[in-house]
Amino acid sequence: MWAYWQSVPAHWREIPARYRLEGGRCMDCGYIMLPKEDICPVCGSKNIETVILPRKGKVLNYTVVWNALRGYEYYTPYVLAIIELEDGSRIMAQLTDISPSEAKKGMEVEMVLRKTKVSGESGIIAYSYKFRPVIR
Amino acid sequence: MKANRKVGIVGWGVYVPKWRVRSEELAREWGRDWNRYAAGIMVQEKSVPGIDEDAFTIAYESSINALKRAHIEASKLRAVYVGTESKPYAVKTTATMLIEALGAGGERRLTTGADYEFACKAGTEAIQAVIGLIGSNMIDYGLAVGADTAQGAPGDALEYTAAAGGSAYILGPAADSVAVIKASLSHVTDTPDFWRRQHEHYPAHTRAFTGGPAYFKHIMTAAKELMNFIGTKPEDYDYAVFHQPNGKYPLRVGTRLGFTPDKVKPGLITPYIGNTYSGSALVGLSAVLDQAKPGQRILVVSFGSGAGSDAFHIEVNDGIEEVQNLAPKTLNYVNRKEYVDYTTYARYRRMIRMLHDFSSY
Amino acid sequence: MVYIVGVGLTNVGNHWNKSLRHLAVEASLKALESCNKNIDYIVVANALSGVVNGQENLGSYVATHLGKIGLPAVKIEAAGASGGAAVLLASSLVSSKMADRVLVVGVEKVTDYTALEDSNSALSTSIDSEYEAFHGGTLDAMHALVMRAYMWKYNVSKEEFSYLPLLMHENAVDTPHAQLRFKLKPESYSSSPVIAEPLTMLDLAPLGDGAAAVVLSKDAEGSNGNAEIVSSGQATDSISLYRRRDLTEMPSIRTAFKRAMENTNFKPDFYIIHDYSSIMGYIAVEELGLAERGKASRLFSSGEANRDGPVPINPEGGLKARGNPVGATGVYQVAEAYLQVTGRADGWQVKGAMSGLTLGIGGIGSNSVVHLVRGV
Repeated sequence: MWAYWQSVPAHWREIPARYRLEGGRCMDCGYIMLPKEDICPVCGSKNIETVILPRKGKVLNYTVVWNALRGYEYYTPYVLAIIELEDGSRIMAQLTDISPSEAKKGMEVEMVLRKTKVSGESGIIAYSYKFRPVIR
Repeated sequence: MKANRKVGIVGWGVYVPKWRVRSEELAREWGRDWNRYAAGIMVQEKSVPGIDEDAFTIAYESSINALKRAHIEASKLRAVYVGTESKPYAVKTTATMLIEALGAGGERRLTTGADYEFACKAGTEAIQAVIGLIGSNMIDYGLAVGADTAQGAPGDALEYTAAAGGSAYILGPAADSVAVIKASLSHVTDTPDFWRRQHEHYPAHTRAFTGGPAYFKHIMTAAKELMNFIGTKPEDYDYAVFHQPNGKYPLRVGTRLGFTPDKVKPGLITPYIGNTYSGSALVGLSAVLDQAKPGQRILVVSFGSGAGSDAFHIEVNDGIEEVQNLAPKTLNYVNRKEYVDYTTYARYRRMIRMLHDFSSY
Repeated sequence: MVYIVGVGLTNVGNHWNKSLRHLAVEASLKALESCNKNIDYIVVANALSGVVNGQENLGSYVATHLGKIGLPAVKIEAAGASGGAAVLLASSLVSSKMADRVLVVGVEKVTDYTALEDSNSALSTSIDSEYEAFHGGTLDAMHALVMRAYMWKYNVSKEEFSYLPLLMHENAVDTPHAQLRFKLKPESYSSSPVIAEPLTMLDLAPLGDGAAAVVLSKDAEGSNGNAEIVSSGQATDSISLYRRRDLTEMPSIRTAFKRAMENTNFKPDFYIIHDYSSIMGYIAVEELGLAERGKASRLFSSGEANRDGPVPINPEGGLKARGNPVGATGVYQVAEAYLQVTGRADGWQVKGAMSGLTLGIGGIGSNSVVHLVRGV
């Protein structure tokens, strides 16, 4: 059940981060994080303010996933990337609207909101940020 | 209908998925010669939603684009209505997700929100509702969206046109707007030309009956009644935008009403992306607003099967040119495309099922 | 002082007719019989029983099936480092005099769900579930990202990763309990299916069922040889790969190593490392100071890492070919080190080996445990 069935409360409480890139900024060391933590992973400060992270960034690293998790089979092959946003923060997200061969290091990308995990025919549709090449 | 307080368009935005399938490819799959159908449908290719897209994700991106053109924060929106006939959930309002994603209604989310369904005119019906709220001073700003991932059954005539896309409109007091909606009018009858029963995947339709007594009758009645109401004639308009289920009907209804094709063509987008249903007339209007000049007049008439039409008389304000480039234009999305073959189209539309497919819907 | 006085192993592989309990009992009985002593504590090492077998509370579970109801018992979990962590904590029970003799049994039963998607889901519990796995991240995909970063940073070709799997397969031919006891052809590596680009199937260790047990005691009282756990060290790193600054380093490994090496001049005769993937094996030997950054492949291509070379690495075949029974793997490593330093690694013996290092790794380098084992 856990593997493919998305828990509703577990997704619901992450909605601010997943829909709006609502993260945190450490007011002591300046580290910007997604999601917002209670304790800064870099300096240990508890002085964290809520910030909305920028919607644009660039691809630092990526892989093309051919063997997926349960619940992600239909999307294979998909591109999973580590993205550096314009404020220097880093997140992991899928790239979308591209063929796997188009993924490149340094590619400029922007956030879109897409279906990320769908629990069968009767469960919830968990949407979240994904990134695609910037539309010019 | 005229509101007590004048209402206008503060921002508009559009979204069309990047995937396309050529009509020729769809015909080939069913062993048909597309050349024998091309003139009757006048749609070269249609947009196909990506595997992770639906009416909500389309509504979201068009709304983000509308916000880029509007001078207001999303928190100022006090009404969010999504018109669609391809709701991601049969029961759970798409607007709830859109409100959350945009941050409408401020941190306490003080906003109304609902989905509208009226076949292809659900989006303009949502606009009528927002006009009412702003025009009566109940709210200052509201968002109305038409978005669909339209369903066309495999092998059905609708398969050539049922497409995906949407358009979003932020409305507000006319004084703040880039285009004023001077008047609107709606016309509704019980005309079952097209429907989809509960739990069915694909809609049924009545072929030629969808034309005369449905599309043409309702659009012409609404258009004539509105022009009559405000005392205008076709030559008073610079653009006429009609619901566009195919490439042929809008030109024909325009001609019958007395609009020359050059007034219809700027807002005729279906030949390049197919019919985006609730987005159809609104995507056409977006294409017109993308290029409109201050002082120009636009007539918009939608059509929704079942059936009814909403007509709008719009006058473009000063300041529109400053916002036109603040977000990707309709043609940017129309030209951003990558073709898929029938097999990929079928997979993206979830016509192909996997064994143990826990991610399907 | 903490001594290993007996060990027991099952073969690693597809044990279709054995359950979690059968495997745990089989290895435990072998270990207990090999030293012929009673125990007063049970520590179970396991990573995935909750998600794969629907069974937790493995302390009671193993005590029950082993006929030891009443004994204190607990499960230790640290993903792939579970085994190493269990040995570390069990040895602290002995050195702190909380227990005289502890049975540490590592067990994993991973083949009951046969689809790759299921094992991927199970393994993804070792990475950040809400911000990595939710986005479609698998553990293998994390290794792929690390591999890509390493290839870019040091300009290393994909083919250079073949040396570790080739050597591991060669070594495992001689190891009776190994899962993949056959040699690999270089061309098989080149044509291996892509799992997560650039990582291919032959970069990865096979998942296997298995159980390994060791008996720890305060005295060197084993009737079939004894080894001392000279020292141990453990360290963690961020659970989330995307938050790390340099993917090509795994500081938890060098910190665990440093902690183990404090106050000792231990010099291992061989190394048993956690090569979940070829890239993880390469980074591990670099973090242990056996190779320069970006040059680990030479250690494996030059013959230095061979069983009869100057720096033998994974003489039993490593995760790549001995197999990877996830939470049990670290206990296998310690048991294998014991067999080496007591001169009983028949057929896969490092000649004259008296001291060995084991390195267990959990997640994508987010938890590392090092043990230094010496024959006495």
